[in-house]
Amino acid sequence: MHDKTVAELSRDLAEGRITSVELTQHYLDRIEQQDGQLNSFITVNAEGALADARAADEQRKNGKATAWTGVPFAHKDIFCTEGVLTSCGSRMLANFIPPYNATVTQRFRDAGAVCVGKTNMDEFAMGSSTESSYFGATTNPWGKNRVPGGSSGGSAAAVAARLVPAATATDTGGSIRQPAALCGITGLKPTYGRVSRYGMIAFASSLDQGGTMARTAEDNAMMLNVMAGFDPRDSTSIDREVPDYTATLNEPLKGLRIGLPREYFTDQLSPDMDRVIRAAIREYEGLGATVKDISLPHANLAIAAYYVIAPAECSANLSRFDGVRYGYRCEDPKDLLDLYTRTRAEGFGDEVKRRIMVGSYALSAGYYDAYYLKAQKVRRLIQQDFIEAFKEVDVIMSPTTPSPAFVQGEKTNDPVTMYLEDIFTISTNLAGLPALSLPAGFVDGLPVGLQIIGDYFSEARLLNAAHQYQQLTDWHRLTPAS
Amino acid sequence: MQWDVVIGLEIHVQLATQTKIFSGSSTTYGAEPNIQASAVDLAMPGTLPVANEQAFRYAVMFGLAVDAEICRRSVFERKNYFYPDLPKGYQTTQLAKPIVGPGHVDIELKDGTTKRVRIHHAHLEEDAGKSLHEDYHGMTGIDLNRAGTPLIEVVTEPDMRSSEEAVAFARKLHGLVTSLGICDGDMSQGSLRFDVNVSIRPKGQEELGTRTETKNLNSFRFMEQAIHQEVERQIDVLTEGGRIIQETRLYNGDTNTSRSMRTKEEANDYRYFPCPDLLPVVIDDEFIEQARRSLPELPDARKARFQSEYGLTEYDAGLLANSAQMAALFEETVRYGKDPKLAANWLLGELSARLNSEDRSLADCPVSAAQFGTLILRISDGTVSSTGAKKVFEGLWEGEGGDVDALIEAKGLKQVSDTGALEQIVDEVLADMDEQIAQYREADEKKRKKLMGGFMGPLMKASRGQGNPKMFNELLKKKLDS
Repeated sequence: MHDKTVAELSRDLAEGRITSVELTQHYLDRIEQQDGQLNSFITVNAEGALADARAADEQRKNGKATAWTGVPFAHKDIFCTEGVLTSCGSRMLANFIPPYNATVTQRFRDAGAVCVGKTNMDEFAMGSSTESSYFGATTNPWGKNRVPGGSSGGSAAAVAARLVPAATATDTGGSIRQPAALCGITGLKPTYGRVSRYGMIAFASSLDQGGTMARTAEDNAMMLNVMAGFDPRDSTSIDREVPDYTATLNEPLKGLRIGLPREYFTDQLSPDMDRVIRAAIREYEGLGATVKDISLPHANLAIAAYYVIAPAECSANLSRFDGVRYGYRCEDPKDLLDLYTRTRAEGFGDEVKRRIMVGSYALSAGYYDAYYLKAQKVRRLIQQDFIEAFKEVDVIMSPTTPSPAFVQGEKTNDPVTMYLEDIFTISTNLAGLPALSLPAGFVDGLPVGLQIIGDYFSEARLLNAAHQYQQLTDWHRLTPAS
Repeated sequence: MQWDVVIGLEIHVQLATQTKIFSGSSTTYGAEPNIQASAVDLAMPGTLPVANEQAFRYAVMFGLAVDAEICRRSVFERKNYFYPDLPKGYQTTQLAKPIVGPGHVDIELKDGTTKRVRIHHAHLEEDAGKSLHEDYHGMTGIDLNRAGTPLIEVVTEPDMRSSEEAVAFARKLHGLVTSLGICDGDMSQGSLRFDVNVSIRPKGQEELGTRTETKNLNSFRFMEQAIHQEVERQIDVLTEGGRIIQETRLYNGDTNTSRSMRTKEEANDYRYFPCPDLLPVVIDDEFIEQARRSLPELPDARKARFQSEYGLTEYDAGLLANSAQMAALFEETVRYGKDPKLAANWLLGELSARLNSEDRSLADCPVSAAQFGTLILRISDGTVSSTGAKKVFEGLWEGEGGDVDALIEAKGLKQVSDTGALEQIVDEVLADMDEQIAQYREADEKKRKKLMGGFMGPLMKASRGQGNPKMFNELLKKKLDS
């Protein structure tokens, strides 16, 4: 049952082959049995999920069901869930129970979906390995000592291990695509502004974007149907019509123009990785697509620009965690300064503190122009690179990551190496473009992801391209040995 | 040595919007602490700001009223600092691109001249909450009801040369924003707060001296005293060979003293950067034209009208026209009481003195326009003497009764204007004053006028103060001159 996709489960529910309560209980049982090893969940909300499942079954009976009514899934623990712990993977929020729902949370509730729990993540979404969580590291189901990627590593691992058929995630520099690639699933980061950020705990506001994780492109499309749309509570959300993303999945790809950025296919890429990605691209050629080398001249500046802008924004976004109103507060503060310094010293982990410090520095008087302002200029150049590229091609393809899942602990003491994990994904966040990662093969028994980047609001096309590939291949169907 | 005083002002004007600048919470003053603080105002994780259009409309109206250029694309920035009543850890404000550009306000001085004070700019920002240090046994209470109330901060050039000019400007600004209806003007509730930048320099010197900033003066009187006090202090420091330190000072109105709050060296590095949660706000021609059409009559125009329409002196017209409330009260009063000059005298004399001495604002004046008007009517038609009218006003002020005529009656203040009754009194009094009558008849015209007073006293006494003095006068003349 747990090998079924959202689309299949939705049909089973609609046709009365199973109830939501049975389905939900099945997934809860799987989590109970397997998540001890994976640690992909921070919170499992069995009671709430079963109550929602009963309500969903009731709704089905009353003929008021959507495609999602009664389908279990999970939220990354960055989305606020009313009455349910929302920790963002941090000690700072280890006691935080929001009195409100994120817009994304509310939309899934309105659709009747059943949230079984909240998935693990790098603290405040800062990381590429889900090792910086206050609740312990998540393990990649494909290899016991491998990282699942991050920051949405809990969602990716849970979907890969069939603990849920789908999970929400967020992507600031690659946090959906990189873990999707490393766990062998499909993940989509939509265009900036496509999905509301309200109630999604901010890391870097101009880069954060909520998105989808599931095994198939079709399931991602079904998720996006729920999540996408204008939200008056998010000033950066865009008021633009939302198509039915499942409607165009079967469009033929004949004539699709694929661009391969020279800057992403260098000798830095291992021959094994290169081989897998090129094979995937050949499949597309078989489907009638044409391939062309393109250039993104400022690609090499992306990481540097990102690691100024993202920390700068986070340094302000995380100021609200001061021990005054909610969340962690140090014991017996002596005075105001002591309250602030000890609360934040004890409540935040190392990587978060590192980024707050880097960001504060980049915004300081005398350094602002050299760092923040310059990074913003670079950002515009990177965006311009893509705009130029999309005059020639419809989509851009590349590996999602430079290599498959690495060993836990391998990069924790070397932040810069960790940052390079996102070398192929970060540019699209800087440009605000949509991109997805889909399973495209294996290297050393570990999944490899193909990244497809599209022009603004081309999510339907990306999902269409991924779906067509998944009609020919079965990488996305392979299951890690449990 | 002779010193020149140089003063610039920064004025925080609370905008009279129904809701806060970035949330839907009410801005009503005086609610129970934290009742008007939503998740957004509390800076709960994941919440986002949405700009209040009305705040922009008000800011644009202000800009038009001070003849300023409106910034077509204004940008909110984050001003980062930690304080318990600043929930996000940053204030959302405008720095590089404020909504209102350079403008000016003309002030009238006591010597009848007009002076132009330049506005450097005015920007939109959110107010902070309040820290309450009393009543919490060594702890601090935080009330976030005010957090997020929209403000415009008006910054002048250092164009004022005395406390009189500064106060004249402050009053003019107060009149302007209340006339515009964009601020309730209630200074006791902090709706208008003044920061005063003061420096001195030897007479004739071009170069400005080092300035200090005295913050949060919330009455015109405190402002005047604080400037005097600060000028004296600076003169003392410089005369004794010291130097002025650039610093922020706090003024205590109860003791008329000030103390240093922080020096420039201690000042925060606010690490301003554009707020990524709020897009730049683009103001188009139509929005500006709409605001222009909605501009009410402004004090300068109203003053001119009061002079021409009611025949008031420039000085009286200026005083009445400056405040929208006073102007409205005046025009209402005239509608009932007919005589504009008498109405002006009463409002600017008796009423203003009373408001000042009790430190009350016009908003809680217990006497209505209808009551003032009737009173003025009764003075004009001789029903009550001006001395009697003051007693009536006293009664109205103390809430002794609503109906003016009934009050005149009840207090026995109605003048006797019955010719027969008065004539009888005159005859009785004159019967005992032969000597004085003889003296009068021998005197020349000039001396006769003086001697009239000698008869009036006994007449008023005989009528127990209720005789109409004007009629007594006429009767006397007739009898004595015949």
